[in-house]
Amino acid sequence: MRDALPGVAVRAAALALGVVVLLWLPTYVSDFRQEQFALVGMWFMAILGQNIVTGYAGQISLGHGAFMMIGAYTTAILVGHYGWTHGYKLATIPVAGAIAFGAGALVGLPALRLSGLYVALVTFALAVALPQFVTKWPHFTGGTSGLPLSYSDIPGNHYLYVVSWSCAAICFVLAWLLLRGRTGRAFRSIRDSEIAAVSAGVSLPVYKTFAFAVSAAFAGIAGAVYAIISNIESPQNFPLSVSINLVVGAAVAGFGSLWGIWVGAILLEFLPIWSQSAPGLGQNAPAVVQGLILILVMFIIPGGFAGLLRELARLPSRARAFGATNFARTES
Amino acid sequence: MSSVEQTFGGAGGHVTALRRLLGPRSTGPAVVLLLAYCVFLVIGSLKSTQFAQQVVSGIASGATFAALALALVLIYRATEVINLAQGEMAMFSTYIAWQLLAWGVGYWGAFFLTLAISFLGGIGIERLVIRPVERGGLLAIVIVTVGLFLLFDGLALRIWGGLPRDFPPAISGSPIRVGGVAFSVQDLVTVCVTIGAVILLWLFFQFTKVGLALRAAALRPDAARLVGVRVSWMLALGWGLAAALGAIAGMMIAPTTLLSPTFMQAILLYAFAAAVLGGLESPAGAVVGGLAIGVTINLLGAYIGWIGSVLRLPAALAILLVVLLIKPSGLFGRAAVRKV
Amino acid sequence: MLLELEGVEARYGPVQALHGVSLQVAEGEVAAVLGGNGAGKTTTLRAISNTVRRSGEIRFAGESLGRKGPEATARLGIAHVPEGRGTFAELTVQENLRLGAYTRRGAAKEDLRRVCSYFTWIERRRDQQAGTLSGGEQQMLALARAFMQRPRLLLLDEPSLGLAPLVVSEIFRIIKELNEQEGLTVLVVEQNANIALQAADRAYVLEAGKVALSGASADLREHESVRRSYLGY
Repeated sequence: MRDALPGVAVRAAALALGVVVLLWLPTYVSDFRQEQFALVGMWFMAILGQNIVTGYAGQISLGHGAFMMIGAYTTAILVGHYGWTHGYKLATIPVAGAIAFGAGALVGLPALRLSGLYVALVTFALAVALPQFVTKWPHFTGGTSGLPLSYSDIPGNHYLYVVSWSCAAICFVLAWLLLRGRTGRAFRSIRDSEIAAVSAGVSLPVYKTFAFAVSAAFAGIAGAVYAIISNIESPQNFPLSVSINLVVGAAVAGFGSLWGIWVGAILLEFLPIWSQSAPGLGQNAPAVVQGLILILVMFIIPGGFAGLLRELARLPSRARAFGATNFARTES
Repeated sequence: MSSVEQTFGGAGGHVTALRRLLGPRSTGPAVVLLLAYCVFLVIGSLKSTQFAQQVVSGIASGATFAALALALVLIYRATEVINLAQGEMAMFSTYIAWQLLAWGVGYWGAFFLTLAISFLGGIGIERLVIRPVERGGLLAIVIVTVGLFLLFDGLALRIWGGLPRDFPPAISGSPIRVGGVAFSVQDLVTVCVTIGAVILLWLFFQFTKVGLALRAAALRPDAARLVGVRVSWMLALGWGLAAALGAIAGMMIAPTTLLSPTFMQAILLYAFAAAVLGGLESPAGAVVGGLAIGVTINLLGAYIGWIGSVLRLPAALAILLVVLLIKPSGLFGRAAVRKV
Repeated sequence: MLLELEGVEARYGPVQALHGVSLQVAEGEVAAVLGGNGAGKTTTLRAISNTVRRSGEIRFAGESLGRKGPEATARLGIAHVPEGRGTFAELTVQENLRLGAYTRRGAAKEDLRRVCSYFTWIERRRDQQAGTLSGGEQQMLALARAFMQRPRLLLLDEPSLGLAPLVVSEIFRIIKELNEQEGLTVLVVEQNANIALQAADRAYVLEAGKVALSGASADLREHESVRRSYLGY
């Protein structure tokens, strides 16, 4: 079957373009906007995580906001209680990732015994219930009023932008390496058919748990970056809607592909802002637009943005085939 | 012949009917467990009025969980999917009721009008939104229900704003006191209305032609088609009934919790726990599960200080997890064998 | 002709199962479709009730069935008892019968009484769960349910499958009785050629998705290759 995706050269060019845009952006936009784009980078990582567990491994997680929250609180606690400020603040990011990794594995283990729908249920319940759990230890987590981080050690929005996108770039490369190898193949085989995967020798417990753990790690890193950007961490920061947003972002980006994630990230960050001036029913209720987008995407392009790219990439060969059947008759 | 049939002999037909009511292969141990729990509740109530109070209000909130759980089970049996938007749909219905009341419509007029609107809305949603993706696989359907969740959430926010509002009870009045235990009038109404709706539904399913067709369509859609049942319309009917049930749940809960776009989210979680506890395939299980969760969460919150009122949701999550880990098919569901 | 198939093709995804089947069933007769495994017998019935992707012309009582789905086909008066009987194992015997009468307007009590006269055991076992019946009883229940539909045409898919010879004879006796007394037209698909040829007036032999032989069943019984391949002598 002809490879529908653009060739290696095109992909490398696209990546290079992305890097160029990222480097150029801060020079073009205002300081305030740089914070927003830093948040885009944060969403990028979170959606990456969501895509890994749902798009590649086929496990429907509706609770990845909870892992973001875990990462955010890790950073907040290390900074607020243990004084990991200045340079150490950045060091909290990998720690947050590691702890989120562990949490993801914990969630992945019971998920082994459950079929897809139940996994969705459990993760949904997790997303609703975890924020309340957090308020139970106010001396540790700051309770309902939250934990402030120090912000005196942040030299400005540009710094946040660089931190966020550096992490995002590292995560992207890590994910790419992971997914193109054996792990990626194992994930995809589990998504397509668990029974077939097992008969091909893929260990379900190992890879399913790993999918949850890795995706949770990315979400945790995103959460840590968020805490650094927003400077305060409270239980209200990660309600159910965050988890739902991640699913929206991943669906729009395109499940099972890395090439549309930036679209999802931009959507998640800017939609609430755009919706403030949107006419009619969308005004100040970005959820309406999100809901409509989700439904329409599933109807029209279930593959999301990446799927759209695939369809566009197929156009040349389709045009050729069209030409061949309709115009070649004169030759034969 | 099972021991039940031996004991009850000629009442075989009724026992079979009871068995079928409880769902496929109702397990003896589950019934025993429930009976033991009921005995515990009765004894506790007799010994302490505070205990009895918690049980009573637990039954009332449990009745609303039961209604929403029953809605979830209805849709699950028909389309093998859990409607994540059930809570938000119920919330939206409750807002519609609020609006009707604000326009001056009397309570019961608004109530039944809302039921009718919700019923039609549910049918419409199944036809327009669910049917196109029915064959798209689990992920597509889940995503679409998430989309509905967002849509209703956003619409409610947009139309009525985020400020919590008062929703009137069906009948206002001072609590009725029986032996030191206060029965709030709204609680009584809730239980009556919810149980009444459940009984009506049961009658519909058991004794009407359409009800039988719906059950057949849910059980074996291919065989149902061959008999002339329009299966896809039956599914839509299931969604309509579920939406109406959700509306009932919403209107019964709103007086106690204030109406806001997010007020049904926690209830949905309790309903999930209830439906899973009872067994996703069992309607009676959903009702029993709802009542059980309502009472249990109340008791846990009241007597285990650490849980208090803050950790009720996590407690429900814990129950959900425990059930899924020990017996995923719940109390009355068919034991599903995972072969891999 | 009550039922006419002309050049009917059918496929399961990329696999084509019928390569142009043509047959006719006259009103009031019993017709049989014979053939080995994979010959396309079941697919033929599925093509009629449109539960498989089909193309070609199918006419029922002179009118083309077009793209009518199984529900509409049932309403037209075609009762299809599929492979596996299509009984609702979780429902009671009575509920199964009530479902049979789904397309009929008005009370089905009269039909219920007639059904009980053909299947005398049904009265006693009304509340029994259909899945707990024996194989033969389930087959009879399927027949009874189809009869409740008061169809003009009955499509039967391998009624003898998995049943003991005595039970099979009983079932075919009932089929014949329904045909003679109620004027029910029957198209039965069978692997058991012997019993099918005894009951049928006309028969078709399918091979690899095409009609290889057809004719009056009396003639086919004497036919050389039919005797060798399907009748065993």
